[in-house]
Amino acid sequence: MASHDIKPLKLGPVTSWIDERFPVFTYVYEHLAQYRTPKNLSYFWSFGSLAGIALVIQIITGIFLAMHYTPHADHAFDSVEHIMRDVNYGWLIRYIHAVGASMFFVVVYAHIARGLFFGSYKKPREIVWFFGIFIFLAMMATAFMGYVLPWGQMSFWGATVITNLFSAIPLVGESIVTWLWGGYSVDNPTLNRFFALHYLLPFIIVGLVLIHIIALHVPGSGNPSGVEVKTEKDTIPFHPYYTVKDMVGLGFFLIIFAYFVFFKPNALGHPDNYIPANPLVTPAHIVPEWYFLPFYAILRAIPDKLGGVIAMFASILILFVLPWLDKSETKSGYYRPIFKWFYVAFIVNFIILGYLGAQPAEGIYVIASRIATIFYFAYFLFILPTINKYEKPLPMPKSIDEHFKAKH
Amino acid sequence: MSKTKDKVVDPKKRDFMVLTASAVAGVGAAATAVPFIHSMNPAKDVQALASIEVDISGLEPGDEMKVKWRGKPVFIKRRTSDELKEAREVELSDLPDPETDDQRVKKGKEEYLVVLGVCTHLGCVPLGKGSGEYGAWFCPCHGSHYDISGRIRKGPAPKNLLVPEYSFVSDKVIKIG
Repeated sequence: MASHDIKPLKLGPVTSWIDERFPVFTYVYEHLAQYRTPKNLSYFWSFGSLAGIALVIQIITGIFLAMHYTPHADHAFDSVEHIMRDVNYGWLIRYIHAVGASMFFVVVYAHIARGLFFGSYKKPREIVWFFGIFIFLAMMATAFMGYVLPWGQMSFWGATVITNLFSAIPLVGESIVTWLWGGYSVDNPTLNRFFALHYLLPFIIVGLVLIHIIALHVPGSGNPSGVEVKTEKDTIPFHPYYTVKDMVGLGFFLIIFAYFVFFKPNALGHPDNYIPANPLVTPAHIVPEWYFLPFYAILRAIPDKLGGVIAMFASILILFVLPWLDKSETKSGYYRPIFKWFYVAFIVNFIILGYLGAQPAEGIYVIASRIATIFYFAYFLFILPTINKYEKPLPMPKSIDEHFKAKH
Repeated sequence: MSKTKDKVVDPKKRDFMVLTASAVAGVGAAATAVPFIHSMNPAKDVQALASIEVDISGLEPGDEMKVKWRGKPVFIKRRTSDELKEAREVELSDLPDPETDDQRVKKGKEEYLVVLGVCTHLGCVPLGKGSGEYGAWFCPCHGSHYDISGRIRKGPAPKNLLVPEYSFVSDKVIKIG
C-alpha cells in the first residue's frame, strides 16, 4: 500500500533553521500528518475533533463578548442587552456563544457515548479516559459559571441552588458556601469571581485537551473493531485521510449549529433568564440548562439533601473506576451480544433522566427518577462487572485490515 | 575532585537535609495560599451590612411581609390565633427537625414569626400565603413543605426555616441582625 505511505518531512532553509532550534514542524508532522490512525474509523470518531473546534469557537466568541460585558450585579444584565442591541454583530457573537455551549455538550456527549460503546476507557487508554472526565468536569464548571453571567432569574437561582449543594457537606458546608459567594447570598462578589473563573477555565481545558491527545498518541486511536493496530497495513496517516473526513463531519455540525444560531437561538435556553435577577422571588420552576438535566434528576431522586448531592457527584465520578468495573476484554460493543442491549438501555435511560430532570419534582416523576437512577448505577456497579460471565463474544476479525476488507 | 570523592558521605544526613528543607518550603508555600483563599470570604463592606430595622405596624393578623436582609429575604408573619393554636398542637415526634413553636418566637410576641425566607434544601425562596400541604410555605424548586411555624414537614429540606437573630426595638419595630 505504497500510496498510503507518508511523505517524508521536507523543510526549506528557513523552516529547518527554526526546526533545529524549536522543533515545531517535526512535532506537527509527527502528531498530525504522520500520526498513524486505524484505517477503519467510522464517523463516530469525528466527535473528538468537533469538540476541539467547539472549544475554539467558545474561546474566540467569549473573548469578544468580554470586551463589551460588565461583570457587576448592577450592570451585567444591561450590558448583555447592550451587546444584543447596540454592539455591532453583538447579537450574532452572543448567540454563537450561547448556542455554542450547547453544541459543545452535544458533541462531547456523543464522544463519551462512543467511548462507552467501543470500550475506549479500557487498557491501555485509561489515562486518556481520565483526562476526558477532567475535561468534562471543567466544561460543566465553565458552562455553569457562564450561565450566571447574564444575571437573569435563572442565572441567579441556578447559581443559588448549585452553590448550595456544598452546604450539604457536614460541619464546614455553610462556611464553604459563604466563601464561594464572598457574602451571605449570591451577589456582586459571586458574579465578579464567576466571570474571572469563566474566563480562566477554558484555557485550563485547552491544557487538559493537550494532555488528552498526548496520552492518546501513545497507544494510538481505538477503532470500531476493537482490535489493536498490529502492522502498518492496519493504518493510514491522519492527514489527509482523517483531516478530510473530519471536515465532512464539521460541515454537518456547522449546518446544525447555524440553524440554531439563526432560527432558534433561544430554543436551548430559558425565557426566565430574560428577567433581571431578583433575590426575593424564586421562579416557580427552576431548571438547569439541558446538558445538566440527567444529573439534576439524580440529585432530586434522592429524598435526602446530602444523599442527593453525593449521588449526583458519584454519577460522574464513577466513570473514573469504569476501566475496572467493565471486566470484559472485548473492547468493541459490536462483538458483545448482551452488552450492546444493556448499552442501548443505558443511553435511553440517560435520555429519560434528562427528561425527568426538566419535570416538576412530584408524583410519578419522582418515582420514575428513582428507578432511572437505580438503573444508571446498576449499569456500572452490577451489569458491567458481571455480564462477561455469561456473555460469549462474537468471533472478531484478526486484524484491522481484515475488518476493513470485509466491509469494502 | 578526587579528594572530595574519597570523603565518606552519610546519605542519611543528606536525605534528612533534603526532607526538612522540602518540608519547610512546602509549609511556607501552603501558608502563602491563606491570604488568597481568605480574600474570597465576605469583604468588610459586605459584613458591615449586617443589621436592619423593620416597621411592622402595618401587619394585621394573618398578614405576612418580606424584607431583604444580607441579600436574603426574611419572612415576617403575624399569625392569627387559630394558626398559633395549630402551630402549638403539633406533636414533636411528627417533626423531622423537632422544635416547639415557642422556641422559634419571642416571649410575649408569639404571634409574630420571623424566619429566613430561604429553603434549607438548596436556598430557593419558598412561596407563602398558605401554600403547600401544611397551609404555610412551599418551596417549588424541589418540593419542601413548611408549616405555620416555618418547620419542615415534608420534602428534601433537612432543617426548619432558620430564625435569624432579631429583637423587638418597640411594639412596632424589629431589628434583624
